[in-house]
Amino acid sequence: MGVWIMAGITFREAARKKILWTALLAGAAFLLVFGIGLHFQVGDFRNSAVPPFLRYQVISAMLMIGLYTVDLLAVVMTTLTSVDTISGEITSGTIHAIATKPLARWQILVGKWLGFVAMAAVYVALMFWGAIAEGYWIGGVMAQHPVRGSLLVFLECIVALSVTFMFGTWFSTLTSGVITLGLLGVAFLGGWLEQMSGFTEGSRLAMVGIISSLVMPSEAIWRRAAFEMESPLSGSLQFSPFADISIPSIAMIVYASVYLLIALAIAVYHFGERDL
Amino acid sequence: MRKVFGDKVAVRDLTLTVRRGEIFGFLGPNGAGKSTSIKMLLGLAKPTSGEAFVLDAPSGDVEVRRRIGFLPENFRFYEWLTPAELLHLHGRLCGVPASKLSQRIPALIDLVGLTPHIDKRLQNFSKGMLQRIGLAQALVHEPEVIFLDEPTSGLDPLGRRTVRDIIRAQRDRGATVFLNSHLLSEIEITCDQVVFIREGQVVTSRDMRAQQEEAVRVEVRARKLSPECVSGLSRWSDSVQVDEERLTLTTRSREPLPDILRFLVGSGAEVYQFTPQRLSLEELFISVMGEDRGF
Repeated sequence: MGVWIMAGITFREAARKKILWTALLAGAAFLLVFGIGLHFQVGDFRNSAVPPFLRYQVISAMLMIGLYTVDLLAVVMTTLTSVDTISGEITSGTIHAIATKPLARWQILVGKWLGFVAMAAVYVALMFWGAIAEGYWIGGVMAQHPVRGSLLVFLECIVALSVTFMFGTWFSTLTSGVITLGLLGVAFLGGWLEQMSGFTEGSRLAMVGIISSLVMPSEAIWRRAAFEMESPLSGSLQFSPFADISIPSIAMIVYASVYLLIALAIAVYHFGERDL
Repeated sequence: MRKVFGDKVAVRDLTLTVRRGEIFGFLGPNGAGKSTSIKMLLGLAKPTSGEAFVLDAPSGDVEVRRRIGFLPENFRFYEWLTPAELLHLHGRLCGVPASKLSQRIPALIDLVGLTPHIDKRLQNFSKGMLQRIGLAQALVHEPEVIFLDEPTSGLDPLGRRTVRDIIRAQRDRGATVFLNSHLLSEIEITCDQVVFIREGQVVTSRDMRAQQEEAVRVEVRARKLSPECVSGLSRWSDSVQVDEERLTLTTRSREPLPDILRFLVGSGAEVYQFTPQRLSLEELFISVMGEDRGF
């Protein structure tokens, strides 16, 4: 019961943060620009001699880039909205009135985590499916497995959230935010290095990418999502930057799931042990 | 209990007992370890060594917290809540049924004097108003033990009186109140028992209900105070001061006062005034803690 009360109040608290509304505004602006871009491209194709096959691939690649933007926005928004929920409330003393109620510490932390999970779910649902709808209604293209893709983007948000929570039980808001965003940066770079290693067949470069993904598997999850959503032909013909050059395996998704659970378990343990 | 942060000993060796149903004052200078001690009693911080029991359960026991209320120092909470929403949330966290809360919340808001502000959000509250709603959240589940950390901080005199009345009402319904306050005058007129702590140790305690067993200062106005008479007072007091016709002495209790008066008259002094005065808590505090050492 306490977990759900905490989840509910956290969701409402998160929903009032300016950063969420800024991210939603940024998302709305993105959807608008994306829709206009698709509309113009489709119009240009109508007056050109580009064959339908190529038109489809270009619009599909545009959709993938749009979905990648949604993915980045969702992960950054999840991190920034949740970064002060633990450390900030410890610093301000807000947590004292809650932690002296008949709730175990794990209930407080997991309740807060669930509140942000719900918020991330709503954000991903709005943005991801908004982009998918635009791709379908304006561009006439559909992702191959959009449900799988959206679930993987959601998983990526939850990984970032759990890591943010873990550091939030140790460090100040600013420090934990910097560390988490730094790790997301490492994952971003590692993901692209691994992708490039597919072009260059550089095994050492691939190793750097794999290690980066093990340190922070967020970008690997996106590349798996991209693989799931791209049409097999588009992926193999390398029409988009997310072509099937280096595809993270299902084992990497399992690893990411275990990774987030371990991060959450460490957060629960440390929050339970530390002085408030 | 003992609590150490790195090289710093916050609480050296705190040993105390609080009787049920009393208002217990917890006093000490800044940095004496009061807030850390309260945190350990509430399970917010773990003692480095030692243990504490609240309502017969180890401190921090989750189930016992149902019977404990706490007002933190400088109470803060989500600013977008109204007072009723805040109390509803805290009541639900304490397991109070919603039906009971719907009756209790308006009464509590009225009790702390916030009815005119019932529709405002906490972001529009002053510091004093936040303290009042913080006090209400500590009482929403009718706890058996209430920890109040500086409850009158930011309150005007009327607000302080309201809080004082509420604290007494809680004692009258059988609750125990653990009160940490810098306002010694508040403590003096509210508490049944006080302890003074310094560097995380109890220095002394005072039972505010026991009139006989506490130090008394006597002011005497008399003529013909001979040096023999003044030196003879040393058998009852080691603090005798004479300024012409004015004599001041301090005794450990009221017990010897009749003997002192008889002695003065028997020594030939002409006594016009003999006024015993209880040492104020502030005087006791200063005598126990010494000069301000800039904590």
